[in-house]
Amino acid sequence: MTLHAWFALLVALALAGWTVGTLRRRTARYEPGRRFFRHPTAAWGIGVLAFFVIVAVAAPLVTSYSPIVHNDIINLKNQPPSWSFILGTDVYSRDLWSRVAFGARISLKVGGLGMLVAVTLGTLVGAVAGYYRRWVDAVLMRGVDVGLALPRIFVLLIAIALFDRLGETVLILVIGLTSWFGTSRLVRAEVLSVRERDFVAAARAMGAGPGRVIFRHVLPNAAAPIIVAAALGIGNVLLLEASLSFLGIGVAPPKPSWGSMIADGVPYLATAPWTTLFPGLAIALVVMALNAVGDALREALDPRQEAM
Amino acid sequence: MTEPLLRVRDLKTYFVTEQGRGTARAVDGVSFELYPGETLGIVGESGCGKTVTSLSILRLIPEPPGHIRPGSVIEFAGRNLLTLAPSELRAIRGNQIAMVFQEPMTSLNPVFTVGDQIAEAAIIHQRLSRKAARARAIEMLTLVGIPDPAERVDHYPHQLSGGMRQRVMIAMALVCHPKVLIADEPTTALDVTIQAQILELLDRLQSELGMAVLLITHDLGVVAGQADRVVVMYAGQVVETARTTDLFDGPLHPYTEGLMAAVPRIDAPKSRLQAIPGQVPAATAWPSGCRFHPRCPHAWTKCTIEEPPLLGLGDGDHTARCWLVQEPGRRKPKT
Repeated sequence: MTLHAWFALLVALALAGWTVGTLRRRTARYEPGRRFFRHPTAAWGIGVLAFFVIVAVAAPLVTSYSPIVHNDIINLKNQPPSWSFILGTDVYSRDLWSRVAFGARISLKVGGLGMLVAVTLGTLVGAVAGYYRRWVDAVLMRGVDVGLALPRIFVLLIAIALFDRLGETVLILVIGLTSWFGTSRLVRAEVLSVRERDFVAAARAMGAGPGRVIFRHVLPNAAAPIIVAAALGIGNVLLLEASLSFLGIGVAPPKPSWGSMIADGVPYLATAPWTTLFPGLAIALVVMALNAVGDALREALDPRQEAM
Repeated sequence: MTEPLLRVRDLKTYFVTEQGRGTARAVDGVSFELYPGETLGIVGESGCGKTVTSLSILRLIPEPPGHIRPGSVIEFAGRNLLTLAPSELRAIRGNQIAMVFQEPMTSLNPVFTVGDQIAEAAIIHQRLSRKAARARAIEMLTLVGIPDPAERVDHYPHQLSGGMRQRVMIAMALVCHPKVLIADEPTTALDVTIQAQILELLDRLQSELGMAVLLITHDLGVVAGQADRVVVMYAGQVVETARTTDLFDGPLHPYTEGLMAAVPRIDAPKSRLQAIPGQVPAATAWPSGCRFHPRCPHAWTKCTIEEPPLLGLGDGDHTARCWLVQEPGRRKPKT
């Protein structure tokens, strides 16, 4: 690694720490903010996430090698971690750190956008079902039951059969479109309770139409569990992407994805364990961080503890 | 007299109960008129159908389980509200007919500032810009007597006291200068001192804005102070209508008498307050004949069989659903 890459890495670490500190100071004025940081691992979770996000955004700065180019396939394959290759190299002599850093882009993008698609769809379906009830509810929720009953791998295999190799966009869409069922049930349950509250009747008495009532009066008051579910869900989507790439049906090589990196390293588990260890560690760290943040958010936003 | 602004005729709102165990006839043939500029009080104890009546006017009854029976008419400005399309109805709600709810603590959306919520009706009905709507919200807060309106407009509901929140609710209801204000127990959830302030405010706003108020309450004291005319409800029906002064001078229906006897008086010798024996029967099984007969001290055989219509006395302004109007001799002397 060159000096400026080391320097950029240190800056990234410092920035992650600074993010945690600033967030803690900014939110300390609010009770939920204080509750969030009272969670034992919330600060660590935010720190790890911030670090990986910064690394993903600044991947070309914090690394010295291309994640794709074979540096020297004869002499430099499966090198252990050293000063020039801090995480070692893989079987094609590619720098593992570069691949982990650029892989963060893909993993976080697929996780974040996939969850965004899922949460948007789940929220819409759940809100409509819970607000209109009756046959609308019955039809939508039976549809959700079917969705939950379908094995996701099966759906993904169909998608692969249709598209041959999944592009990133298709991958995000397929993951998003198969992940919203749980969210929609959660949102529906929340909407069913919020819609009976007095201010919803007051809004209708004021002449607000169904769209306005749902989006301005019902959903904002049902947001807390949705946010928590989304934070916890990103971890799941990220894991799903890793498993798909591990199975070779995810992101197309040579693009680095943490899942496909593990798959590449598996045959050399005995001789070059770092090729699987580091991408695995990255997945574990990010998923644990997301779970910690989701957990802390749940404690922070739990309406049962909300002080008036 | 002038044309009524709001005419409710034979309103029947029924609720289908779970597992088909019968139909709750919460409002069962209610008729009354509301004239421009007047305050009409609707009185009755819990479960008599007051709130369901008020919600039915704006068609806010949850359907299912509730439904308004065909044949009911709620006429506002010559149009039957019960047959309007949803969009036409929305154009009336909050604009021509507005409502103040009972619970100021739960009737405001906790995630928006009070300014946003007051402005909402103006944005919906008058298509004001956000800026103009905000100015209007401040103006409304001033009108309902909230100190520091320019600052309060950005406060969230939880930062206000109960009385202030009820003022905000009133401001929300009045932002489009409605012709009719339905106030459903507007002071029940408040302290007595705040109650007086809110009633005074309603009184002042009514004369300033010239609207008609439908005041729903269980408190005869509130009615005596506010209303021009009174409708007494019992078991989903109107049992007595009268001008307020006539009602308090000489109630005709034993139920109204019972309500009055249950109010503590400052000018009478101290004695135990009289309660009406029993309670309102279940709405799924109203008694036969006069619905009040099981609790009535004067009831005789006819009352258990034949349901009395609203019987008039004198000029017809004072009516009661009681056979005693025809047969005053049957009235038992006070014990």
